[in-house]
Amino acid sequence: MRYIPNSPGERLAMLREIGCAGIDELFSEIPASLKLQGAIGIGPAVSEPELAEFFRALSARNGSDYQSFLGAGAYSHFIPVIIDSLISRSEFLTAYTPYQPELSQGTLQYIFEFQTMVCQLTGMEVANASLYDGSTALAEAVLMADRVARRTKYVIADTVHPQYREVVTSYSRNLGVTVDYVYAGESGRIDPAAIEIDKDTAALVIQSPNFFGCVEDVAALADVAHQSGALLIVAISEPLSLGILKPPGQCGADIVVGEGQSFGIPMGFGGPYLGLFATLEKYVRQMPGRLVGEAYDHHGNRGFVLTLSTREQHIRREKATSNICTNQGLFALMATIYLATMGRAGIQEVAQQNLQKAHYAASKIAALPGYDLKFTAPYFNEFVVKTPRPAAEIVESLMTGKMIAGLPLVDYYSDLGDCLLICVTETASKQAIDALAAALGGLS
Amino acid sequence: MTETTGAIKKATTHVIQKEGLLFEGSRPGRIGYSLPSLDVPARSESDLVPTDLLRSDGLEGMPELSEVDVIRHFTRLSTWNYGVDTGMYPLGSCTMKYNPRINEKVARLEGFAGLHPLAPDSLAQGALEVIRHLEECLAAITGLAAVTLQPCAGAQGELTGIMMIRSALKDRGNARKKVLIPDSAHGTNPASAVISGYSVETVPSNPEGGTDMEALNRMMDDDVAALMLTNPNTLGKFERNIQAICQLVHDRGGFVYMDGANMNALAGIVKPASTGIDVMHMNLHKTFSTPHGGGGPGSGPVAVTRELEPYLPFPRVVRAGDETLRLDFNRPKSIGRIRAYHGNFGVLVRALAFILTHGDEGLKEMTQAAVLNANYIAHHLKDTYEIAYPGRVMHEVIFSDKLQAKYGVRNADIAKRLIDYGFYPPTMSFPLIVPGAIMVEPTETEGREELDLFIDAMKSIDREAAEEPELLKQAPVSTKVGRLDEVTAARKPVLRWRPNDR
Repeated sequence: MRYIPNSPGERLAMLREIGCAGIDELFSEIPASLKLQGAIGIGPAVSEPELAEFFRALSARNGSDYQSFLGAGAYSHFIPVIIDSLISRSEFLTAYTPYQPELSQGTLQYIFEFQTMVCQLTGMEVANASLYDGSTALAEAVLMADRVARRTKYVIADTVHPQYREVVTSYSRNLGVTVDYVYAGESGRIDPAAIEIDKDTAALVIQSPNFFGCVEDVAALADVAHQSGALLIVAISEPLSLGILKPPGQCGADIVVGEGQSFGIPMGFGGPYLGLFATLEKYVRQMPGRLVGEAYDHHGNRGFVLTLSTREQHIRREKATSNICTNQGLFALMATIYLATMGRAGIQEVAQQNLQKAHYAASKIAALPGYDLKFTAPYFNEFVVKTPRPAAEIVESLMTGKMIAGLPLVDYYSDLGDCLLICVTETASKQAIDALAAALGGLS
Repeated sequence: MTETTGAIKKATTHVIQKEGLLFEGSRPGRIGYSLPSLDVPARSESDLVPTDLLRSDGLEGMPELSEVDVIRHFTRLSTWNYGVDTGMYPLGSCTMKYNPRINEKVARLEGFAGLHPLAPDSLAQGALEVIRHLEECLAAITGLAAVTLQPCAGAQGELTGIMMIRSALKDRGNARKKVLIPDSAHGTNPASAVISGYSVETVPSNPEGGTDMEALNRMMDDDVAALMLTNPNTLGKFERNIQAICQLVHDRGGFVYMDGANMNALAGIVKPASTGIDVMHMNLHKTFSTPHGGGGPGSGPVAVTRELEPYLPFPRVVRAGDETLRLDFNRPKSIGRIRAYHGNFGVLVRALAFILTHGDEGLKEMTQAAVLNANYIAHHLKDTYEIAYPGRVMHEVIFSDKLQAKYGVRNADIAKRLIDYGFYPPTMSFPLIVPGAIMVEPTETEGREELDLFIDAMKSIDREAAEEPELLKQAPVSTKVGRLDEVTAARKPVLRWRPNDR
């Protein structure tokens, strides 16, 4: 087995050296009745060329080459080629948690840079080294608000990503937390006046741009929350929107969570992704996840270390702010490289292209007979279209032309059977957008 | 420096580059990106989004760098790190083994990497087959009935498992109040139990390093939902009483959760199901070789008995009538969803590639070689460092700093000096019940030369502790920075760069 350096002969010699006649002696502590008698049941070993062919064949059975207008929390963006070159460097790829900072300054410094850029983009004061993804980051935010506010009621917008809400439910159901929903108005946004918050509410939870693509009035919603002493938690599933939109940190958010997949991470059938988590300095000791801070050695050299570890499970165990240990380190590096490569100008330009292409597409589609924009609120790169026939049928029809027209909303909102969520990013050419409009027009 | 005496055989001093923060290297006007031109008519931004919703700071503070700057920056940073590709990385309980590159290649196939998670089932047959196949392999390895691949890490797997136990107990009429956890357990265990709404009680270990059966007998009552244990445990010992333990817990109406972080000692030798456990997680980034990546991503699949299968997170991959695979959301007893989409799919591809590469024989060989390597180290160092629980070990060995303490030297000093010898140090100070713990797990992917160099280094450090303890106290001297003042860093945390830091 080529991953085991010692040949069978060398292993035999080692066994003899430590006084064993055979390998089975090393497992003598295990009761015989527990030992596996036959094979595991997986089958024979597969050679490298055969393995490559096996996976190639599986890969070919996926329709990743279809022109897709799917968004809903996972976005198609151009990924700079240098990201993969750099993260493939062994010292990044095959290192682990930087417990020994002197030998891990590469990892620790990029995490510090990552934390900084998450703060800059979201307008918040402190960010952690990553959580698993946007959905679990939101769940962690809810648990944190519980600790900070010492209240147990939540008001959650139903325009928060449905899968994020499901995860929040799973995480919070055993902790005596009650959840009330507030529903989007006809504009597609949450109406601040419609929210019922009282002194038992820990937090108001919203998403912006929301699941329908609409940009919420975050500042007004922050006011509503704060009036009753509740926190405002803002989830962002498309953080490239922060290239153009005013960040939640400048609108009064207390905790911002997000999905960092748009920052140079492939859609990859859903993962690994990158949970973003940022908050105000006054809440830092209640934050989940790892934190990297600046430190100095006795020569005065600057370095970086994992810090404020007394929040974490390896120290505080059952009193920890979270159970998280392994997070998404390499993917935080991908995002850091993406943001460094795109830079100040590139993030703004790519966000601009998303905005322009989505609005171009929306105008063309809304002009088609039988189609209309469902909502009136401002949007970034996603919008909901009312369709002349059930949206699911439309998507099915267009698949014959190797196009995925969007996400039918009926599986998530049963009264929206005639609604299609369409996402247009910088990766959709004008040609592709025009083809989508033509195909949709051909159906009504 | 001691390297001139020849004691340090594996490491050199080599010139590495300095490099500041991205923001310190940023220069106005530099660009590193490339985008096609906008090909649709551009409209004024404020026509599309009201001005009060628009950003007005122009992303001040975000860096401006050329592509070359970015390549230089991260290349230099990488040279300050040590990975398992560099040399042995004996972190106990982390199973730092070789990360095969064929796994990297197949994970990057466009059909996987470019696939949207909400693509219609008919366009995701290859991806769904990866999920189905890996579930089947892990079920075979564990001997359990069903597997979920949704959890993103071991800790999330633990949470999933305990939540499932809670739901099953609620169905029986009483969710109960407590979870029992050994004093040697990983910190994620109690943390996960608490999120599931349980309080935690600690079960002591006996002098041989196993669970104290008398204590367990006393503590296991009608308020206990589950016992969480790691097998082999964090002391490197196989829990010999495991069947009796499971019997005891089951007789009193509880479930047994097994932390499968140490599967590198069991795969192909024991199927955990035969020990009587109800639910366990595995760490794909440990036993199954997916890269640790500087802190993730990982994956923590959970395997369960037939009884617990209904409680698994949704969706499940099932076969439709026409033999195609589809996602099934109709799972009324499910604990719900614990992560959006399907888990860390890219990690799943890598783990499946690893398992298929090994096959039945290869996995068994992997486990045997891992246990041999740990025992080889234990044998050669047993007279130099105290082994906390003597006797044969499994895939990891726990030493302590007890014999070196008389020189004023602690495990942290030994760790820092090992860095000068060219090694990444073992896990320090875990498990908590071993004072001054040094936990060494070589894994099967270390060759004899590297093991011998490690043994030599540890023996040399022991001699230095006796004759020249200052060498340990001042270590490491060969790295980019020396020991960092972590106390001040925590007292006055600086957790980000700011523009006025220039």
